[in-house]
Amino acid sequence: MAQRTGRRSVTRQGVAGWVFLTPAVVILGLFLVVPIAMAFWVSISDWRGIGNPMTGSAQFVGATNYTELLGGDGLATKDFGRAMRNNVYYVLAVVPLQTILALTLAVLVHRRVDAGRGFFRSAFYFPSVTSSVAITVVFLFLFSATGATNRLLAVLGVEGPNWFADPRGVVHLFLGAIGVRAPYESGPLLLGLSWWNWISGPSVAMCVFIVLAVFTTSGTFMLLFLAALQHLPGEVEEAAVVDGATPWQRLRRITVPMLRPTLFTVITLGLIGTWQMFDQVYTGTGGTPGKTTLTPAYLSYQVSFEQQEWGRGAAIAFLLFAIIVACTLVGRRLLGEREDPR
Amino acid sequence: MTGAVATARRSAVRRDRGPAWLRRSRSGTAVALTVLVILAVAYLYPFAISLATSLKSDAEAATDPLSLIPATPSTAAYTELLRNSDFPLWVRNSVIVTLAVTTGRVLFDSMAGYALARLRFPGRSLVFAALVAIMAVPGVVLLIPRFLVINSLGIYNSFAALILPLLADAAGIFIMRNFFMSVPLGVEEAARIDGAGPFRVFWSVVLPMARPALITIVVLSFQGSWNELSHFIVASDRPELQTLTKGVAQLTAGALSQGTQYPLKLAAAVIMSIPVAVLFIVFQRRITSTQDGAIKG
Repeated sequence: MAQRTGRRSVTRQGVAGWVFLTPAVVILGLFLVVPIAMAFWVSISDWRGIGNPMTGSAQFVGATNYTELLGGDGLATKDFGRAMRNNVYYVLAVVPLQTILALTLAVLVHRRVDAGRGFFRSAFYFPSVTSSVAITVVFLFLFSATGATNRLLAVLGVEGPNWFADPRGVVHLFLGAIGVRAPYESGPLLLGLSWWNWISGPSVAMCVFIVLAVFTTSGTFMLLFLAALQHLPGEVEEAAVVDGATPWQRLRRITVPMLRPTLFTVITLGLIGTWQMFDQVYTGTGGTPGKTTLTPAYLSYQVSFEQQEWGRGAAIAFLLFAIIVACTLVGRRLLGEREDPR
Repeated sequence: MTGAVATARRSAVRRDRGPAWLRRSRSGTAVALTVLVILAVAYLYPFAISLATSLKSDAEAATDPLSLIPATPSTAAYTELLRNSDFPLWVRNSVIVTLAVTTGRVLFDSMAGYALARLRFPGRSLVFAALVAIMAVPGVVLLIPRFLVINSLGIYNSFAALILPLLADAAGIFIMRNFFMSVPLGVEEAARIDGAGPFRVFWSVVLPMARPALITIVVLSFQGSWNELSHFIVASDRPELQTLTKGVAQLTAGALSQGTQYPLKLAAAVIMSIPVAVLFIVFQRRITSTQDGAIKG
């Protein structure tokens, strides 16, 4: 084909190619590539939001913004430490829960129902298409002090907490229930927080956000698992049935290993998504109670737009970027490399 | 071909013997179906309760938060929202932004996707590599950077700031490129040999052929820009440019309201969910079966 089209057509294709690409390249370049470069400069400058940071109203300060976040003992370090702790617990809870729930939903929908499969698929996916703002509003109502959840708990004879106003960590509460108390004094262990602070777990308020995230993402990931299940060869499983493998053995030894690539995708997307938690905090809590729903994404916004510490805000954004890249790479190492069948 | 045969054979097997996981016993089926129904209720209940509560009075919302049927249904919350607040303005702004962004993405994503899949020109592989790298940049990291550029360009607090940065997206270009890679070359080659230039070929042959992929782009862009929040937060702070997501988020944070006012807030949540719900119902089959395109951004 290439020989027949001739030289004139090749030049025309060259021109056409760039004409077709120009709008997209300009937009993505201007609002994705250039911003990253600018923000990197701001993150190593002392810009406080006045004037243009690119034309002399900001001074180069080296890694100061980064060291203040990571190594200091002031409020900046402590807030970053809190945001990190909150988000680590959020990731540790949401990623496994959403993956397991999504896989369960997919297996159930795929295997069990012929009639109504479309209905269940849509029911589980619907929370994923609605806006995070709307869902957060709904959850604020469901988990308010006099809300539906507490009313339901009351029916079961349990007195529910005041969810969004409760900063106590759930590990702290559990340890307290079995008689372990917080130590009277302990210095900072890491990022300005004491070791008790680090192990005290996600706050009750954060737990609501964990439920919310699992609720809104499991449908999307269920669709990914469903697609993969539909493409699995049935013969292997047939053979296993003939060999007398139990359903549990078949799920564990055949289905899950064959789903490994999809599992990798779901966990990676889960990690990327959970580290970016912002909308819910902005809509629901603003980081309260007791800064226990603060996340690095929201902190970078707050530090920049509200406190006008743009250098530090940009530095937080870059640290977050590094964390997400690192998570993706680690995930690829752990799950991706053994993709090939033995 | 072989895939279709295998699928047919597998579904035949499933119907005949029912071999799969847990399927053998009838009680197993009943248990699984019950679990599915309970889960479906849990997933849909929050939406039902929002609709019901938006029709209750403030007092009833607090005293009887569980019931799905309001004792005395009233549309007071909706009237308040539509008559006595900026809500209609937010709706208007969201409609403008969503239509502009969706149109832009359909056009620019398909052009770029076509160029990357079908045209040969210097720099193509470089652009493609850059695109893949860009897709890996998490959106929230871009909050501050985007503001800096919008500010430098002097378009802060304008519709241009709300719309321009969203007009093309790497994921959409990627979907279109993959689609064009999977389409056979025949028709296009015929048109080209007949003497039509690349632009003619694109407009009259390629675009009409790309309808299925374009619908995916429409659905994703509509949903994405209608639900977008963080970009609008950094692109403007003028009340006249408030969109639905930002407006409702600030309403929730207490900018307009005293007390809890849950019926009002939930009415706002219900209204802002309607367009996406309609889109979802219309394109249900396509959305829930084009898995690679259905990832929430």
